[in-house]
Amino acid sequence: MATTTRRSSGRAKKPAASKDELLQYYRDMLLIRRFEEKAGQLYGMGLIGGFCHLYIGQEAVVVGLEATAKEGDQRITTYRDHGHMIACGMDPKGVMAELTGREGGYSRGKGGSMHMFSKEKHFYGGHGIVGANVPLGAGIAFANKYRGNDNVCFTYFGDGAANQGQVYETYNMAELWDLPVIFVIENNQYAMGTSVKRSTKSKTLYERGVAYGIEGEQVDGMDVLAVKAAGEKAVKHCRDGNGPYILEVMTYRYRGHSMSDPAKYRTREEVQKMRDERDPINQVRDLLLKGKHATEDELKEIDKDIKGVVNDAAQFAQDSPEPAVEELWTDIYAEAG
Amino acid sequence: MGELTMVEAVAMALARALDEDPDVVLLGEDIGRDGGVFRATAGLLDRFGADRVRDTPLAESAIAGVSVGMAAQGLRPVCEIQFMGFVYPALDQMLSHAARLRNRTRGRLSCPMVLRAPYGGGIHAPEHHSESTEALFAHIPGLRVVIPSSPVRAYGLLLAAIRDPDPVVFLEPKRIYRAVREEVADDGAALPLDRCAVLCRGSDVTLVSWGAMLTETLDAADALSAEDGIEAEVIDVCTLKPLDAATIRASVERTGRCVIVHEAARTGGFGAEIAARLAETALVSLLAPVVRVTAPDTVVPLLKLERHYMPAAADIVAAVRRTMEYA
Ligand SMILES: Cc1ncc(C[n+]2csc(CCOP(=O)(O)OP(=O)(O)O)c2C)c(N)n1
Ligand SMILES: [Mg+2]
Repeated sequence: MATTTRRSSGRAKKPAASKDELLQYYRDMLLIRRFEEKAGQLYGMGLIGGFCHLYIGQEAVVVGLEATAKEGDQRITTYRDHGHMIACGMDPKGVMAELTGREGGYSRGKGGSMHMFSKEKHFYGGHGIVGANVPLGAGIAFANKYRGNDNVCFTYFGDGAANQGQVYETYNMAELWDLPVIFVIENNQYAMGTSVKRSTKSKTLYERGVAYGIEGEQVDGMDVLAVKAAGEKAVKHCRDGNGPYILEVMTYRYRGHSMSDPAKYRTREEVQKMRDERDPINQVRDLLLKGKHATEDELKEIDKDIKGVVNDAAQFAQDSPEPAVEELWTDIYAEAG
Repeated sequence: MGELTMVEAVAMALARALDEDPDVVLLGEDIGRDGGVFRATAGLLDRFGADRVRDTPLAESAIAGVSVGMAAQGLRPVCEIQFMGFVYPALDQMLSHAARLRNRTRGRLSCPMVLRAPYGGGIHAPEHHSESTEALFAHIPGLRVVIPSSPVRAYGLLLAAIRDPDPVVFLEPKRIYRAVREEVADDGAALPLDRCAVLCRGSDVTLVSWGAMLTETLDAADALSAEDGIEAEVIDVCTLKPLDAATIRASVERTGRCVIVHEAARTGGFGAEIAARLAETALVSLLAPVVRVTAPDTVVPLLKLERHYMPAAADIVAAVRRTMEYA
């Protein structure tokens, strides 16, 4: 099979989207953003321990791709995982309560911000070790193929993770065995304080797949419609039994790497320019307003609803009890019996 | 010169090593421009340049493996792994290559590298940001495993590690990176590797620990002295491998009792090795069974449960009181 790779510019030909679709994306992206803003606040209040990696700025990636998933498809990602969980339908209350380390959280207060799972929503984590979730994603895809279903596994990782060796071991196996896995590189241009320019001489990250025979493309990750269009192609490729596909989604994180970030590796102007000119939520907002699909007031109403959902989640996350001391010894091994 | 925290003492030792030996090269993720997650390399890029203070891509296996190759050529790489929990991709290189180069080549090649990593809990961070798996490294013949417990020892031991002709895993207890300040002279004097330090003398019981747990252990010793009139001898192991068993043994032969404290999980923790050595060599001097105070055999929990996980001074006091019940 000939390998084709291309850079698709989402902005060149904007795929059309219906009013309902646009409103859905708007809501989904805004929910993630407001959730993350709230998480940032709770962190500031000392309610979230350890680390907390916000997804603000990257919302279009996961929302665009979730729009292409069907029931049964799986997703697995890194520690920057709150957006993925919310986008695949997990309950914001359970996610927030896990951030605060409470009983009501998805890992019952034992996983924290980086380690949450939902079997029901086929969300396989939240993983703190950079790059290590990538082979897991291929293994999940292996099971799909082995069982003969047509599910695909969305396997998300960062530009920094793309320099880990196990990513390439996985590429090779996934292509060798035609595994239905979509490697989603969320290229937000930084790995902590290291910009992509300082970590690789590769012109793109998706083109590294060429060496393994994996098709892929680069996508404008600030444009949810472009992401969705590319995602549909990737999903079809995988479901049709053609093996893996790489999407390098060009995105940007507005906030620090985690809550403690010296922020010396980029300028404020750079961040502000992204926010002003490329913000994924504003782009959809503009489409909604210009297409007369919604009025300012209607959008305000949506924002109000979402704030309500997020406030409820925050309240739940503070009211939920702390895990009992006995929990320290649970779930290390299967209970005998 | 001046009152320094442990992390500042680490930075001072690194600067000293870079200054005195052109073969010393630092490498790691975000150690250059950012000065490292914990600022252990702050200012070194400006002072020594990007050839010698290298930001690497995110790739622990290659960071360690490249260091082995550099060291085989006589350079003295000091690589940083951001947190001990991220070291496992590098473990293969440390075990299969760094530790064995000298032996395989019958001494024609050696591996004078240092792998530094902050380790241990107590900073309210989850799992891999808190773990303490020093025993994994201590199990590997050919590696030295060194853990400082104060700014002074961090400076002297790190210089010794860098000058040592063999690979050293240098684990920095991040919980006490900034806990105390003390006078650290930048005199280039190394402390001996392979030697335990006796922190205080006592005749009733020997307390053995390393890293951040020494803080709890010293607190326990104070409490025992004040409340029970029990005088504890406190030993900082400093170098787990090779172990200075003689110092521990000599102390236990005098006190007849020993409590070992570590924050790593219990089973197969390094305390087991020390207890075994005492069983082999000092059994007849023991008045009570050797007791370990450790974390349980579980994963490091989130902050709400962390205080139940980490051994504390009160646990050590209780353990000592139990050993004193043996006549
Ligand atoms: C194996 C490993 N090494 C280092 C780290 C520390 N660390 C956490 S995130 C990160 C940067 C990752 O950047 P990228 O893959 O681009 O993802 P992003 O944070 O931008 O989402 C680093 C170095 C880690 N968690 N795991
Ligand atoms: Mg990144």
